[in-house]
Amino acid sequence: MRERLALSRPREAASGKTGSWRTFRPVVDKELCNACGLCAQYCPDGVIDEELNIDLDYCKGCGICANECPKQAIAMVREER
Amino acid sequence: MSTIPEEEYIVKCTSACAGCSSSLCLRYVLKAAGPDSVLVVPACCTSVIQGIYPGTAMNVPVYNIAFAAAAACASGMSEAFRALGRKTNVIAYAGDGGTADIGVQALSGALERGTDFLYICYDNEAYGNTGMQRSGATPLGARTTTTPGGKPTAKKDLDRIVEAHNPPYMATACSAYPLDLYKKVKKALSIPGPKFIHILAPCPPGWRYPTEKTVEMGKLAVKTGTWILYEREYGRLTINGPSKTAMRRPAPLEDYIKGQGRFKNLSPEILDRMRQQIERNVQRLAREEAGAC
Repeated sequence: MRERLALSRPREAASGKTGSWRTFRPVVDKELCNACGLCAQYCPDGVIDEELNIDLDYCKGCGICANECPKQAIAMVREER
Repeated sequence: MSTIPEEEYIVKCTSACAGCSSSLCLRYVLKAAGPDSVLVVPACCTSVIQGIYPGTAMNVPVYNIAFAAAAACASGMSEAFRALGRKTNVIAYAGDGGTADIGVQALSGALERGTDFLYICYDNEAYGNTGMQRSGATPLGARTTTTPGGKPTAKKDLDRIVEAHNPPYMATACSAYPLDLYKKVKKALSIPGPKFIHILAPCPPGWRYPTEKTVEMGKLAVKTGTWILYEREYGRLTINGPSKTAMRRPAPLEDYIKGQGRFKNLSPEILDRMRQQIERNVQRLAREEAGAC
């Protein structure tokens, strides 16, 4: 492939650290969580991994995980900054 | 969950709005399609959210093409791959404007030529990335920036246009049922010839509801019968589980309407017309499944 070709290549943070958009941060109560994985399934940006840790560098704070959690184990807490 | 591959083909993360159901759909489409796939994207939200040059969030090759040309481009691409003896999945991923309005003739052409490709239309029922102008797929009564008093005409029935071409496989899906979408994409890609999947993709800024309700809205669309999940394989219709339940005992339409700002102050006449439309649709599909027409 020629060097000069205007190609975009896959890389992390191609749109910047989208976590800075957030006004509400998801906080998981591990006591209530039964690890069903629905939050990871429904996360539009796939920022929740198999161990159900949320990557706050990229989480946009939409709140779908908190809304869909059958155990109500996720609370949306206002960001202080 | 165990059947769904863990690989993500979208690198963290796109610049889609918070709560975007299109990026949710794209995650599952690419999980089902795998790394040997090419996306053809006309002008739509997906062409905007990829990232800033020289970076991109997409970990599969993406070809961005003019609005009207997605299916035509995919057609040529598929022919070229097959001529080289490669099995690469060619997937056109287009919005409702690029499918129902501007891209419809290219789509019709590709379906008629029998191109081996998958066309996915993710439908947020308006031109989302330019600020919600009405499209042919905007439903009756919905307020958009170009129909401030509510759209006076009904949603274009894109699925019946596609059905008229008798593709070997076509299906509807909804972003609130990602596993169903995954299965449908898998099945579609196992069948040679032109395939079509129409996904309802609720849009928080456009439909004017809070971002956390995206999945809830999608489920309500199915539960009220507004959106019916089905597959048509070689002409044989199968209505999927969630919609079967909804057709027997639908949730009240108000549940779906009242959560959305675009349906604010809907007149009783429009609401009545919407109900009649749903009823007609449900009956038509039920008759077809029973083999009565």
